[in-house]
Amino acid sequence: MNQEKDKVELLHNHYIQSLKIEKRWVRFYQLIIFLLIFSSWEFLSRMHWIDPLIFSSPSKIWHLGIEKIQDGTLMINLEATLMETVAGFLISTIFGVIIAAILWWSPMISKILDPYLVIFNAMPKVALGPVIIVALSPGYTSIIANGVIISVIITAIVVYTSFKEVDPNYLKVLQTLGATRFQCFKEAIMPASFPTIISTLKVNVGLSWVGVIVGEFLVSSKGLGYMIIYGFQVFNFTLVFLALLVIAVLATIMYQLVGLLERKLIKE
Amino acid sequence: MSFLTVQDVHHTYFTKDTAVTALSNISLTIEEGEFISFLGPSGCGKTTLLSIISSLLKPTQGTVLLENKPVSTSKNEIGYMLQQDYLFPWKTIEENVLLGLKLSKQLTEETKTTALSLLHQIGLQGVEKQLPKQLSGGMRQRVALVRTLATGPKLLMLDEPFSALDYQTKLKLEDLVSRTLDEFGKTAILVTHDIGEAIAMSDRVYLFASNPGRIHKIFSMPEELRILSPFEARNHEAYTSIFQMIWKELESLEPGKG
Repeated sequence: MNQEKDKVELLHNHYIQSLKIEKRWVRFYQLIIFLLIFSSWEFLSRMHWIDPLIFSSPSKIWHLGIEKIQDGTLMINLEATLMETVAGFLISTIFGVIIAAILWWSPMISKILDPYLVIFNAMPKVALGPVIIVALSPGYTSIIANGVIISVIITAIVVYTSFKEVDPNYLKVLQTLGATRFQCFKEAIMPASFPTIISTLKVNVGLSWVGVIVGEFLVSSKGLGYMIIYGFQVFNFTLVFLALLVIAVLATIMYQLVGLLERKLIKE
Repeated sequence: MSFLTVQDVHHTYFTKDTAVTALSNISLTIEEGEFISFLGPSGCGKTTLLSIISSLLKPTQGTVLLENKPVSTSKNEIGYMLQQDYLFPWKTIEENVLLGLKLSKQLTEETKTTALSLLHQIGLQGVEKQLPKQLSGGMRQRVALVRTLATGPKLLMLDEPFSALDYQTKLKLEDLVSRTLDEFGKTAILVTHDIGEAIAMSDRVYLFASNPGRIHKIFSMPEELRILSPFEARNHEAYTSIFQMIWKELESLEPGKG
């Protein structure tokens, strides 16, 4: 009996070991790809096989990055953009869910608003940017509004769809237990839709970056979007790439944070 | 006056293209403590009638009275158990069981203790903090029964509650449900398409015909079957003859078939 147990334990250890080895190989190849991209970028640029003026090079970006950190401008721009993006992300998600709740609450309102939602969703929202900036005056508010407007309707539509798809038998159970419509929403509709809400959060991370960067293009006073448009105007593409890399890192961190929230909210 | 009175109920479902009469001319009365079965082929409006009695659905015509009051005014007096357990997967067993009390704001230490002791009585110990998916199908359906009983309903609706279970679990649960309802002196209506189940569990069986849904015949179960548990009733000699009788009636409802 004991021998048998030892054998199972041994096999289990082997299995865990093989998982570890596989994970190590995955990480190894990921690192190789990373190094390959950046070293070939550097190499091609130094050999002038690609135009260093347009494509810059990792070393130039690195030096510029250190310079911008030392004179403090990178931090100022980064802070502004990050604040605007997080605000835009939170506001659009909260408002999107509230709109979805209203649509679910009143089938009449949802029927009336249906064509307007479709039109508004189909329209390229960034085209509204100039109007927003003039209406709200250039600054934080209009940039955040730009980030919100781009994702709020799609959030509302996706979350409303998931509200409607909750198994009606759960509502039947609640109704027989004497639940009000608000209690149905709180006990069944909302928790059953958490997975969908989380996945729209993930989409919204990307969308709010788009909205905010475009907003900064237009306002052109501060932020990573401003760095990109400024670099483009003075033909300093090293600056453009620096801003892009910083955005990539920040967006990834935000995405990971949403993933963390997902594991917290959805007990498995 | 009877405990439950259903009077001249008609119900028609409307869609853009069709008007389907699901129930026509349904009248019946049920006394307190009785166990009634609605038996019939699928599509004969059994579940519709159950929904009407529990006031989830307003009939196009007719009235339903529970203790001489319209059912639409009674709250928490009718419990409903569905084909599947529909326990909320994100709530623990305890939270699921106490849901009805919480929704009707009756949750006190006392009602909580009563509800949880019900869980013990039905043979589920130490599962309070577990999630529904950690339990087997039969256990989950038992939790669903406790959830239904926790608010103390006077009338219980059982909408094919055993049909999604394997045969052995089903037989055991039939006994358990029957015993529990007897202990609490509950009145119950069972919807089923299983003839044996209807005979073994009930005092009276209403046989429904379809197109439109109507009561075709009423069978009263003999005293010797009523006092037995469902499992014992299935082995009683009277069981087979009643089964044959109902079977023939069902056959006669389907002209040109079988």
